[in-house]
Amino acid sequence: MSETAAAASRTASPVGTRIASANEQRAGALIGYLPVGFPTLQSSIDAAVALVENGVDILELGLPYSDPVMDGPVIQRATQTALENGFRLRDAFTAVEAIRSRVDAPTLLMTYWNPVVQYGVDRFADDLVSAGGAGLITPDLTVDSGADWLAASDRTGLDRVFLAAPTSTDERLKVVVDNSRGFVYVVSTMGVTGARSDVDASARTLVDRLRAAGSTSACVGIGISTGDQVREVLEYSDGAIVGSALVRALGEDGVAGAARVAAGLAAGTAR
Amino acid sequence: MTTHLRDEQGPFFGEFGGRFMPESLIAALDEISVAYDEAKNDPAFAAELTELHKTYTGRPSILTEVPRFAAHAGGARLILKREDLNHTGSHKINNVLGQALLAKRLGKTRLIAETGAGQHGVATATAAALMGMSCVVYMGEVDTERQALNVARMRLLGAEVVPVTTGTRTLKDALNEAFRDWVANVGDTHYVLGTVAGPHPFPVMVRDFHKIIGEEARQQVLDLTGALPDAVVACVGGGSNAIGIFHAFLDDPDVALVGYEAAGDGVETLRHAATITMGRPGVLHGSRSMMLQDADGQTLDSHSISAGLDYPGVGPEHAWLASIGRAQYVPVTDSEAMSAFRLLCQTEGIIPAIESAHALAGALALGQQLGPDSVILLNLSGRGDKDVETAARYFGVLDEAALVATELEASALEPGDLASEALSDELRAGSDEAAELASGRGVQL
Repeated sequence: MSETAAAASRTASPVGTRIASANEQRAGALIGYLPVGFPTLQSSIDAAVALVENGVDILELGLPYSDPVMDGPVIQRATQTALENGFRLRDAFTAVEAIRSRVDAPTLLMTYWNPVVQYGVDRFADDLVSAGGAGLITPDLTVDSGADWLAASDRTGLDRVFLAAPTSTDERLKVVVDNSRGFVYVVSTMGVTGARSDVDASARTLVDRLRAAGSTSACVGIGISTGDQVREVLEYSDGAIVGSALVRALGEDGVAGAARVAAGLAAGTAR
Repeated sequence: MTTHLRDEQGPFFGEFGGRFMPESLIAALDEISVAYDEAKNDPAFAAELTELHKTYTGRPSILTEVPRFAAHAGGARLILKREDLNHTGSHKINNVLGQALLAKRLGKTRLIAETGAGQHGVATATAAALMGMSCVVYMGEVDTERQALNVARMRLLGAEVVPVTTGTRTLKDALNEAFRDWVANVGDTHYVLGTVAGPHPFPVMVRDFHKIIGEEARQQVLDLTGALPDAVVACVGGGSNAIGIFHAFLDDPDVALVGYEAAGDGVETLRHAATITMGRPGVLHGSRSMMLQDADGQTLDSHSISAGLDYPGVGPEHAWLASIGRAQYVPVTDSEAMSAFRLLCQTEGIIPAIESAHALAGALALGQQLGPDSVILLNLSGRGDKDVETAARYFGVLDEAALVATELEASALEPGDLASEALSDELRAGSDEAAELASGRGVQL
C-alpha cells in the first residue's frame, strides 16, 4: 500500500461512514446527482434538499462544464442550460453551504478536472472544506494523473472518488481501491451517463473484482433510473448512483417532480 | 549528454501532455500504446505503410518553388511542400493510413473520427473504404454547413456523417462526441484522432505518422538549394501538419520554426482561434496544453474562417516548443489569410486550403523580414477545392444567378462571368496589404 493509500484509509470518511450505516440499516445507500445551477442556482439547491428529504443518502453535485465527455444528452442539456444562465464555479460552494445548512447529507462535487486546475487545486480543496463539502468525484482524472489532487485531499481529509470501469485491469482496480476514499464509482456499462432499461451485468462482475481488490465501499452508477434497478444493484453493491432520471424529472416537473422520483428510487433501498 | 528535441516520446513534453481521460478509455489507450510500440519496431508494418504511401497516397509529395508569389514576400525564396497533392487533398491521409493499419492489427472493424474542415473525415472515410471497415464521422453542425462538399464526399465514400448539435457545434464538440461514441463502442471501434492533441499516445503517434513530411522536405530542400532553409512555416490548428514538417528540423538550431495560428477577426477581439498567442495552460480533450478558456476553465468558443483551424486547443508538443522558445507562434487574421489565398491562386495557379493560406500570409510577412537571400519552406497542407464556395462568396465572385442557371440548364459559364478584371484590381491592392502586414508584425530571429 502506498503512503497516500495508507493515509486514505486512516482518515474517517463522512461518505464512507454514511454508506456503511445505510448498509447496516437498509439494503444500501442511494446517491443522487444534480447539476449546480440547473435550472437556476436556487432551484438546484431546493431540489438537492428535496432529494435528501425523500431518501437520498449522499448528494453528488455536478459542476457544469463546457466539454462533458462522460455525460449523455440529458445531463449535457442541463449543464449547458446552467452555463448559459451564468453558472460560475463559486456557485458550487454557495450551493454546498446552503444545502448543508438545511439537510444532513454528505455532499460530493462531481467535476471535470480543468475547472479545478484553473481555480487552483489547493484553493478549491480549502473552499470546499469551508463550505462543508465532503470531497470530489473526478470523471476525467485517474489516480495516475492525479498527484496534485491526492496531495490536496490528503492534506484536507476530503473524500476522493475514482472510477472503475469494466475494462480496467486488476492492477488498475487495486490502485483505484487503494486510493479512493468514500467509495469507488463502479461504471456499470461502457458508455456515457443516461437511463437504460437494463443495468449491465458487467456491473456485478466488476463489483466482485473490486471486492477481490479489497473494496468495502463500491457504488454503481450509469443507467440506473428506477427503484427496482436500485434494489437489484444493492443486492451486490454498497450504493446506487442515479443522475439522469433525477435531472430529467427536475427539468420536466420541477423540484416536486425530482422529489417524487427520489422517493421512488429510495423505495429500492428497503431491505 | 546531448539531448535531442526529436527524441521526445511523451506522455509529457515538459509540463504539457499526459492523459486526462475517463477510466473507461484507459484500457483502450494502453492497448493502442502497446500496439503502436510493437508496430513501430515491426519492419512489416513500416513496409506496408510505405507501400501504401507510394501507391495510394502519392508520396513523396513534391516541392514547388513559387517565385511569382514570393515576389510579394520581399524576394525571399519560398518553397512549398505539396501535401495538397496527396490523395484526398491534404496531409491528413498520412496519419489516417497509419492509424487504420494499426486498427486492423488490433482487430477493430469500425473507425470513428472527428473532423473540422472535413479533410480528416474524408481521409478516414477513404481509409475505411480501402480496408473494408465501417466509418462514422462526427462533425459540428456549423462545419457541416460551411463544408457541405466534404460532407458529400464522406457520404460518397460510404461513411455516416453525424452533425454534432451540442456545445458550440464546431470541432471541439465533434471531439467530445467521438469520445462518447468510443467509450460506448471501444470493443470493435478505433478512434482515429485527427490531430496531435488528445491523450497519450495520440500526440506522439499522430506526429510520428506525419513526420514523413519534414523528413522528405528536409532532403528535398537540401537537394534543391544545397542548404537547410532559414525558416520552416505552417499553419496551426491542432497542429498536425505543423509538427509534421517541423519535427525533422527540431535539432537544426539555425532553422527558425514558425506556426501561424488563426486570428479570426483579430486577437484583440473575442473572435479568434489563436490558442498559443492568447491562451493559457489547461486540460482539454485528455491532455494539458495551451487553450482558450475563461477564468473558470470553461472552454471559450473559437472563431476562424477556416474550419480546420477553428479549435480552442493545440497539441501539447507545440505548447512545449513555444514554452522553450524552439518554435514561435504568430496570429494571422481571416482577411490576411484570404489575401494570401487569392495571391497564390493568381500568381501560381494553386488554390490552397484556407487553413494553409494562413501559413502563406505568414510567409509574406516573414519573407519581408528575412530579406531576399532567405529560403522559406512552407507546408501547403491542403488544397482549396473544399473552400471554393467560401472563398468565392468572400471575394464576391460567385455568380449565384449563373450557378442556379447552370444547375437548371446544365449550361456552361461564360468566362467573363467571374468578373476577373475586378479581381485583378483587387490583387494589385493585395500586394500593398502584404507590405503593410509585414511591417506590422515580426518574428524574432
